[in-house]
Amino acid sequence: MEPDIFPPLGILAELTHRCPLQCGYCSNPLELLKANRELETQTWLDAFEQAADMGVLQVHLSGGEPTLRKDLEEIIGCLSSQGVYTNLITAAVSLSDARLATFKEAGLDHIQISFQGARPETTEKIGHYRNAHQKKVEVAKAARKLGLPVTINAPIHRLNISEVPEFVQLALDLDAERLEIANVQYYGWAELNKAALLPHRTDVDRQVEYVTAIREQLTGILNIDFVPPDYYADYPKPCMGGWAKDAFVITPGGMMLPCHAAQSIKSLTFTSIKDMPLREIWETSKAFNAYRGTDWMNDRCRSCERRDIDFGGCRCQAMALTGDATETDPACIKSPFHEKMAELTFTDHVQRRVIGTADI
Amino acid sequence: MDFGTRQRITLQEDSAPYLPSHVRLMFDKTRQQWAVLAPEKVMWPDDISVEILRKCDGTATTRQIASDLAEEYQAPEAEVYADVLEFLQEWSDRLLVRSVMAAD
Repeated sequence: MEPDIFPPLGILAELTHRCPLQCGYCSNPLELLKANRELETQTWLDAFEQAADMGVLQVHLSGGEPTLRKDLEEIIGCLSSQGVYTNLITAAVSLSDARLATFKEAGLDHIQISFQGARPETTEKIGHYRNAHQKKVEVAKAARKLGLPVTINAPIHRLNISEVPEFVQLALDLDAERLEIANVQYYGWAELNKAALLPHRTDVDRQVEYVTAIREQLTGILNIDFVPPDYYADYPKPCMGGWAKDAFVITPGGMMLPCHAAQSIKSLTFTSIKDMPLREIWETSKAFNAYRGTDWMNDRCRSCERRDIDFGGCRCQAMALTGDATETDPACIKSPFHEKMAELTFTDHVQRRVIGTADI
Repeated sequence: MDFGTRQRITLQEDSAPYLPSHVRLMFDKTRQQWAVLAPEKVMWPDDISVEILRKCDGTATTRQIASDLAEEYQAPEAEVYADVLEFLQEWSDRLLVRSVMAAD
């Protein structure tokens, strides 16, 4: 039976791979795209008009650092005029108050600012950018002054997991609406640096306990979204809410992907939005249909009572850890590869995210 | 933990709820369904929830909203009021609804 194809709800638009920070946990691919390969403004605008027609309601403008695109206000304006909800995901170190005001004027709905640490010295050490923390604080304050709702994004790993309570205080101090405590997912640069970034199990348990309690305490005051680390979980995360179910990614060069790490599955062929209408890619491309629905699953997943909860987990993680993208995500206790997830020799060396430097 | 000036709002009968400007109730033409767009969330409220949310204009109190709905649906007002308050408190706790409190 052919799986149902629903209209997409959201897009993660990676406008550029350029970034002033060099975080070792970046989810971008190791082969970062140079500026001269990026899509032109008009291609993005055409794509977003098509997307709105298809039923897309929210677009997350990300990167790299999306504010390095000089046409960002034009892009926001285009989305806003189509009634699409816009979310800017930024590191905020190279963003001026004046530019932020132009985004707001163009119709920006929400801004998500990443903090590499809750303490200035941690933020500076992890992103390798001087005074990054202070700059982020200033942008958060400017956003609140403009009336923009703010999410503080805290990517958590071994080097900052002890700062989780301080992240909560930071979000309150900056009058944030939302705090995202997002344990790093091990793809791209993060996978390369896994041995130096994966937290210890005891720290993860302590974090889960803390977040559960503080979330309850801050009900009606601060929204805390928690992305738990699946390396120590019993069941996998429902990646993308199901492959090609309601969201997709567009890379800086125009490839349309079911998820941001999908290119790690080498057997799939992806299509550029320069070569085909978005709707046609969404509905007909082999890559989007590869793991849609449940027919592709092995018996273990297809007969599982959690089949429609986590959809067999993450295809890219199955690929990375078992060599077979149709395998059960090894984060699942039912996976024969589950034990392998914990087999890791920890190191302290983090490779910086810099174009052309990945030691693969 | 220092909460600053922020505190959880407990809705009363004279609270006048409203959706902040970054929480958008809209009719989605593609799916022929009402949607609420909020930071990194899309919600699909059912018909009665939509009726309640459409009345949240920052002027009507929870009591008035319930009374209007009771009349429209020919339902007992006390029951409707309890349901409306429970629903709006939940949305307030998720920061999707704000509230103007009556002046002291």
